[in-house]
Amino acid sequence: MAYMHIGKDFVPPDVPGKVTGRIKYSEDYTREGMVYARLLTSPVPHGRVVNIDASAALAMDGVVGILTADDVYPDGEPQSTGLKILTNEPTLVGEPILAIAAVDEKTAETAMALISLTIERLPFVLDPLDSLREGGADAYSGGNTFVFRQGFAQEKWTSDQITSFQNGREPSAEPQQSWEYGDLEAGFASSDFIYETSFSTAGYPHMSMEPRSAMAYWENGKCYLHGTSQSLTALAEPMANIVGVPLEDFVFINEATGGGFGQRSRAASIPSMAIPARFSQKINRPVMMRVTREEEFTIGGARQGLQGWIKVGFKSNGAMAAMDMYCVSDSGGKGGGGDANSAAAGVSALYQAEAMRFRNTSIGTNTGHRGAQRGPGENQIMAIVAPIMDKAAEALGLDRLAIRKMNAAQNGDVSGSRSTPFTSAYMPECLEQAAEQFDWDGRKSRARQTNGSKVTGLGIGQGYHNAGRSGMDGIVRMLPNGRLQMHTGVGNLGTYSYASTSRAAAEVLKMSWDDCDIVTGRTDRHLAISSPQDGSNSIFTNTRTAYGAAQDMLAKMKEIAAMDLGGAAADYDIDGSRVYQITDDTVGMTYAAVAQRALELGGKFTGEAEVPEDLNSLTALSVSRLAGSALMGIYHDPRHAGNPPGFAVAMIEIELDTETGKFDIIELVNIAECGTVVHPQGLKNQLVGGAVWGIGLSVLERHLYDPQNGIPASTGFWQSKIPTYLDTPANIGTGWVDLPDPENPVGARGIGEPSMGSVSAALNAAISDALDGHLFDAAPVTTDMIINHVAGISEEAIPLAQNNFRG
Amino acid sequence: MYPVNTKLTRRRFIKGVIASGAAATSTSIWYAANGAERPPGSVERLIRINVNGQVRSVDVAPQETLASTLRYKLGLTGTKLGCNRGECGACTVLVDDIASYGCSILTHSVKAKRIETVEGLESANGDLHPVQQAFVEELSPQCGYCTPGQVMAAVGLLRANPNPTREEARQGMAGNICRCGSYDSYLNGVMRAAEIG
Repeated sequence: MAYMHIGKDFVPPDVPGKVTGRIKYSEDYTREGMVYARLLTSPVPHGRVVNIDASAALAMDGVVGILTADDVYPDGEPQSTGLKILTNEPTLVGEPILAIAAVDEKTAETAMALISLTIERLPFVLDPLDSLREGGADAYSGGNTFVFRQGFAQEKWTSDQITSFQNGREPSAEPQQSWEYGDLEAGFASSDFIYETSFSTAGYPHMSMEPRSAMAYWENGKCYLHGTSQSLTALAEPMANIVGVPLEDFVFINEATGGGFGQRSRAASIPSMAIPARFSQKINRPVMMRVTREEEFTIGGARQGLQGWIKVGFKSNGAMAAMDMYCVSDSGGKGGGGDANSAAAGVSALYQAEAMRFRNTSIGTNTGHRGAQRGPGENQIMAIVAPIMDKAAEALGLDRLAIRKMNAAQNGDVSGSRSTPFTSAYMPECLEQAAEQFDWDGRKSRARQTNGSKVTGLGIGQGYHNAGRSGMDGIVRMLPNGRLQMHTGVGNLGTYSYASTSRAAAEVLKMSWDDCDIVTGRTDRHLAISSPQDGSNSIFTNTRTAYGAAQDMLAKMKEIAAMDLGGAAADYDIDGSRVYQITDDTVGMTYAAVAQRALELGGKFTGEAEVPEDLNSLTALSVSRLAGSALMGIYHDPRHAGNPPGFAVAMIEIELDTETGKFDIIELVNIAECGTVVHPQGLKNQLVGGAVWGIGLSVLERHLYDPQNGIPASTGFWQSKIPTYLDTPANIGTGWVDLPDPENPVGARGIGEPSMGSVSAALNAAISDALDGHLFDAAPVTTDMIINHVAGISEEAIPLAQNNFRG
Repeated sequence: MYPVNTKLTRRRFIKGVIASGAAATSTSIWYAANGAERPPGSVERLIRINVNGQVRSVDVAPQETLASTLRYKLGLTGTKLGCNRGECGACTVLVDDIASYGCSILTHSVKAKRIETVEGLESANGDLHPVQQAFVEELSPQCGYCTPGQVMAAVGLLRANPNPTREEARQGMAGNICRCGSYDSYLNGVMRAAEIG
């Protein structure tokens, strides 16, 4: 289909501000009378505050106040997991206990040193298996796990059960969570190759470039909060609830966010922004809370680590007949995370296992709080499964590409515990395109060739994530000057989806992009709610709402034209600036004239009547405040059917030096299958960015904690090392399949997360290939692990270790 | 080995920071040299620094970093603080044409130097600098938080080496982290900027 805007590159309006430094992040704002808050955080991994003596601090010149958990929770802290604003019951090092404000940061910091904090140390644990073991410490005062609607509980295994698990055998304990489909026993019975192993994947922090600094002030009973989010509108109402202010009295200001990656999608994962809001309310001064890199590590969230057992069976033709998976998930110090379930669902979707069983038990540790991080679960498990696919191909005498085609998801396929059908799926086409761009046939003979100490490894990886939701809203307005105002609630976190999804509205109205304005950045600009913009869903979800709002406007424009010029609405069409009669295009009205006429007519044309009843509350508030201001298009998106998948395929060639354990990436291509391409440059950025993240997961990033004191040792960029220019290839090849999805009006689906899983899988497979098919059954596979393997050293390894080195 | 801009080596950067620290602790020499009498126990606070071609008078504490001065005293918030400990490069500015971490330089040490920030790159008529223009055309930024630092690192690189190979650009930009992983797009931007000149 020929589009004006969809599939075309453009300059998102915030880009000039990013290259000139003009665009403002939350810490860039200031306010007259602003004071500065500093946090006193827990020095112990698990404890109970016995006493706080702040008298000396509060007596200091320049100190203006203190905020404690008692201020925030006067009726007592919630007895559940989850981040609290402030706490007297810390369960990880660095958890905020109190905040103190002063006229400048130095004074606040000095005052902090005068506070006498008495804290009772409680037992702590860093590895879920240490907590599961009989007699092991519990991360929380009420136990080592939190069961939804039941509360804290204690889960313990015998030492024999733990040791058996660590030795690669199927866990025998009853899991907390399970699902299955198909006949597992028959699947394994029909298998010609079965691989069974224990595995582990590391937890690690998000490390967004922008720390979660926030500034707040109150004026005329309203709270104004400058903060960060993935979607400013999805976060606004729950954040207002955390602050304790009605939505109509809460203004969230968030022009740009310095990286989300899952941790800033929900208010509950970033409640620290409420500290300056509550503090400002208490002391009646604007409060800036600057967050340091180390604080960002401790309260910024982390990917869950998984300790698991997996058994996979393949038929002689390569079809995955059965998959059995059991995980112990690291829920960290504040609970949270559903990675294991997503991992299993991802395997089901990507490899179309004929029969499958999933079991999981989540256990807390006194480490960073866990939550969604780019492809939570799917991207870890793909790094484990990809080398297993290669092992099966080798055992069955199949080409590695062929075994993936055999199991590839396509139109009509289903996945997951509920056998949900895909809205569309073109994995075979994606594999083909990657193979062609990478020249798989030409390169595959190079696998395992040696050149001195160097050996070539090839890897194929596939990524998947459910990539689309629905149920959100859209608002567009046409001003009497003929300009289109697109009130998007989509956040600006670096994907440019706030702009690219808005283009669906311009597309419907056939308008020049120059005549359109994106209205966003703060909730008092009256925006439509968006999805939380996690789960790769922004493109699918929010093109639906932009498209729907524009369709509503289009219908109203035709109705007004028919009313004034005669005939029926169906007799009219548009050309981007006029509504005209199809049979006589000289009869018509400009968009500007239609908008002016709408103001005269009022009612449904200006949002004063016949507003969709099922709008989300934030959108309804926005519509009520915009009503009567212009011709309005308003839309509530009904639910869609099926599972819109995002797929990606990566192929990698590496040259691994067996003397150093280091490798160079010789070639890397990352191909997307995400429906119609909306914004090529934006998609390309997701593919190269996902590739960099995939490299980090595969070989670099991991939590490290001091086992003696529970202190994090990887709080910086160079400790839980994120990939740099020099860890990634100078060129990354990208491409896309570009076939439309029927559940989206412009055919689009999301891609942000699969673009990482594909590369984490391909790189782990390539390393395995270079080492004669050795499987580490772990991610990351670090240089020391490679060297130890080549040297035949295994005694340093700690089986399934979490939050620590793994030999 | 690929040729690299020797001005941008980490060793030289660290030496520079050490020298800066030495300069910052030697303000008493300034008083002695200028015959001025400093009040007992005090240090010079009101200094003048050259930022983006303008001499600015500013009250600077002895331990204050250049990034802090730029952001919080001069309102030049384009310079970002991603780590404030010399790891990420978000605070990169040019000091006498050399890309330097603003978080790791004491302001007192650059009184006699030319400081350039991302705000100073546009021409008087508002045209973007070729690096900025190229980054727009290549859509190099994602979240944008590291972008001002990437811009300044690229400007420093291209002043020292106007026509780098892609590998030279990769080496020259290696002091700047991008968590979004937009390195490929930034390198495209650097190479395009070299073409634009």
